[in-house]
Amino acid sequence: MSILTHIAGWPLLAALALVVVPRNYRVIIRAIAVLATLVSAVLAVKMFCQFVPNHDGFQFEQQIPWVESLGISYHVGVDGINVGLILMGAIVGFAATLCSWEIQSREKEFYILLLTMIGGILGAFASLDLFFFYFLHELALVPTFIMIGVWGRGEKKNFATFQITLYLSAGALIALIGLIALYLQSGANTFDIPKLLDYVKAHPISENAQHLIFPLLLFGFGILVSLWPFHSWAPLGYGVAPSPTAMLHAGVLKKFGLYALIRIALPMLPESARCWAQILAWLCVGNILYVGWVAMRQKDLNLLIGNSSVAHMGFIFLGIASLNLIGISGAVLIMIAHGFLAALTFALSGYIYQQTGTLQMSELGGLCRKLPFIGTALLMAAMAGCGLPGFANFVGEATVFFGSWTVFPVVTVIALWGALVIGGVYMTRAVRNVLHGPLPEKWNSLTDAAHLWRKLPYALLLASLFVFGVWPKLLMDKVNPDAEKIVAQIPPAKCCPCPALKVAAAENSGVRN
Amino acid sequence: MLPVSGVEGRGGGKFWSAQLMNSSLIGLEISVIGLGLVLMLADLFVPAERRRFIGYAAIAALGVLLVTSLSGNGSCGQFGTAFGGMFVNDTLSLFFKQLFIVAAILVLFMAAEFSDKLAEGSVAEYYSLILFALVGMLFAASSNDFTMLFVSIELITITFYILVSFQRSKIASLEAGVKYLILGALSSAFMIFGIALIWGTTGELNFTKLAAVAPQFETSKIFLLGVLLVLVGLGFKIAAFPFQIWAPDVYQGAPAPTTAFLAVGSKAAGIVLLLRVLFTAVPSVTAHWGNLLIVISAITILYGNLCAIPQRNIKRLLGYSSIAHAGYLLLGVAALSASGQSALLYYLAGYVFTVMAAFFVITLVMRHLATEDISGLAGLNQRSPLLAATLTIAMVSLAGIPPLAGFFGKFLLLKAVIEQGATNQGYYCLAFTALAGVVISLWYYFGVIRAIYWSKEAGDLSVIELSSPSKLSLWVCIAGIFWLGLFPNTVLNITNLAAAALGK
Repeated sequence: MSILTHIAGWPLLAALALVVVPRNYRVIIRAIAVLATLVSAVLAVKMFCQFVPNHDGFQFEQQIPWVESLGISYHVGVDGINVGLILMGAIVGFAATLCSWEIQSREKEFYILLLTMIGGILGAFASLDLFFFYFLHELALVPTFIMIGVWGRGEKKNFATFQITLYLSAGALIALIGLIALYLQSGANTFDIPKLLDYVKAHPISENAQHLIFPLLLFGFGILVSLWPFHSWAPLGYGVAPSPTAMLHAGVLKKFGLYALIRIALPMLPESARCWAQILAWLCVGNILYVGWVAMRQKDLNLLIGNSSVAHMGFIFLGIASLNLIGISGAVLIMIAHGFLAALTFALSGYIYQQTGTLQMSELGGLCRKLPFIGTALLMAAMAGCGLPGFANFVGEATVFFGSWTVFPVVTVIALWGALVIGGVYMTRAVRNVLHGPLPEKWNSLTDAAHLWRKLPYALLLASLFVFGVWPKLLMDKVNPDAEKIVAQIPPAKCCPCPALKVAAAENSGVRN
Repeated sequence: MLPVSGVEGRGGGKFWSAQLMNSSLIGLEISVIGLGLVLMLADLFVPAERRRFIGYAAIAALGVLLVTSLSGNGSCGQFGTAFGGMFVNDTLSLFFKQLFIVAAILVLFMAAEFSDKLAEGSVAEYYSLILFALVGMLFAASSNDFTMLFVSIELITITFYILVSFQRSKIASLEAGVKYLILGALSSAFMIFGIALIWGTTGELNFTKLAAVAPQFETSKIFLLGVLLVLVGLGFKIAAFPFQIWAPDVYQGAPAPTTAFLAVGSKAAGIVLLLRVLFTAVPSVTAHWGNLLIVISAITILYGNLCAIPQRNIKRLLGYSSIAHAGYLLLGVAALSASGQSALLYYLAGYVFTVMAAFFVITLVMRHLATEDISGLAGLNQRSPLLAATLTIAMVSLAGIPPLAGFFGKFLLLKAVIEQGATNQGYYCLAFTALAGVVISLWYYFGVIRAIYWSKEAGDLSVIELSSPSKLSLWVCIAGIFWLGLFPNTVLNITNLAAAALGK
């Protein structure tokens, strides 16, 4: 059995095992969950170390036929694009399980859902079969709704659950229609991604079909990734979600849509990707500028983090839209870096909420004195969030900007401004309001993360940000060769069917000249 | 078609002897009729308080019939036609007969649990009526002639008039019975009128023969009206828009086991007849009716899902949800392709287990309550974790979430519909409508789950005792839902074969 099956299988098995554990054995339930995710994380690290860069094809492959008449099989494997994502997902999954001590009611159900979510999304990232790719993501997605609906906090809980369920289900289903249409149009009669890629390389999908399918995938997956203007579910949803759920969803699940665009939409629908890249680049501006602006106005720490996480998605979309090697490699890097970062910030805000019962920044202040460890970690996370060198985000964002500069100079300038100025403003403001200034009397009784277990998730996530920040080569070497393969599929810019696109393309080339 | 054809039949005496030999093909139906009569007789000799156990004998007998039909030695394992081509046994009828028997077994289990709520000692009658309805469904599965179609539909419907109003002391049940009677009679009238028009124009009642002559009558308005009226009659049976009005009232008023059988058996019988009429009898007409089917399917999906949202009565909610599911099933019909029909059959197989699971839980929980309101489910996870888990799984599967049967069925249906998108853009619209329906349905299905686990005011928290037969049937339903969701290969091969029988 492939190591990938183990990585995704352990959490799922543990979820099944928890079904039979009596609900009052709280310690055992927690121990099983932590152990399963630890095994999964350790195996993911092992897999990451064993991965051979610049290898031809996929590694650690395993294939079991499932439905022969439709060409569906259980097929897992990694290349440079998803190896880092699986590592990130497994580490964040472990950290989220550790942070779940804040859940005090119905622990059994919570851990079952959490483990299903972790196993499902790791499986989706590892999957090389279009059907399982979707199937496992959906398996991970549905527990999110239930967790927000049941363990969420605040009076807006019901509305937030309603909104996130509608948005994400609609997004996933639109993408499903796109994927089915892709399967049918390719004519390869298989759901196997490597086979489909080879087949499409030899028999490209007709341009009309591409222009029909690509928007389905772009907007279906775009909704899942909170692409502007379909982002409004995200800040509120994360604001009310219990922190382990927010960590996993913002950190890992949300990257699935981006991964799907890079893995499936770009290489299989290259002509259409070329045309839509223009529009996508301008939608990024919505994410980066508009949502960044909204983040600046937030009074609640969680809503601020939620908005900032939506804004960060803009950089990744920009990297994808640039359609060149540097841009796409940068996008993959930010996906991984932002996974660690989002998980870290939501874990920290969860800790503060647990201690104070509020995240209104006007009521907080001076917390660094009472919570030195948590405060320092939050400060570092905020700095990573506004792109300070030394953290993995800087590497990714800088790479994306290098990639997009040659294609969309105007958008890049705006995005840089958004990253450096707007990001800097709201992050430093949050740090000042929450950590510095006078400490209100009522917070005198706060206690810092007491022992190693409590500190471990934060330390682990920070350490990961550091490692990839100071030594990006570790990732770059793996990502580059496979990103190059994807870029090689995309034709140079030529015709665009719709006139609006033509104008955009003309403007763009004008700027370049 | 199959070796015994009508042409040979015109020969006279030899034909009849050959066809009478073929009456061995209806062995299964005759056994079930016999079983129903035996149950009625047993009613006379068994004391009233022990009559519910008669049901277990009936279940055992049906189990034997199911196993023999699966093993291929039974009557429905032999393929061929009988009675001058009126009756056909093929892969499609085999699939549906197994489906009907499984459904009937689960309904009998349910009826045994429900017997306290029926008039004292009348449960044996209830059992035998279920079996007679089952016979109607078995004949419907094999109908290859409009006469056969009408007779089997009437056998099903008339039995259901009684089954629906079986709780004589309950006004709601009687009201449901009357509504079903009036609208059922109306639909039968439409159908028989349609059959008369078809026969009047073409002179044929046999599906196979009709298929040969139908292309000549494609321009005849009377012939097309006849086909349309037959579809109206079948539309009533499957509760498709605009013939869905009766469904919520009848579902709400009827005893829970009847509702379950109505939702599964009667609907599946309507579906098999619809498939036979559209794709065996008048395929040349159907080929032009893609748009009509698209519109009906889309409106049915939207109507069922939207109307289900405000419902508080759980049976009424499932009534609207069954309208929505009729719409999903029609996706497979509207696709006008073998993969669509196969997807429809797969969806139906999952639907049987899911709906049976839901109604089983409702029967067990609601039998001691005056109300059928969703709030009656409050605290169910403390009263009986198995019931709570079963109902949750059923709702999740109806909503079409992996890894359960409903997801794979919807996936196949969507795939079949999008496949046709190249020929007609309307299919893309249909796929998006189905998608909107799925998103809407999440709302009310999750509302039920929420009532089970997280409602604040749980008054009655007494533990619900489950008898071992009901535990067994709940586990069968759960296993069926997971099996169809996780290991679709076997059943998909069967449905592919069954759909192939239509195309011949």
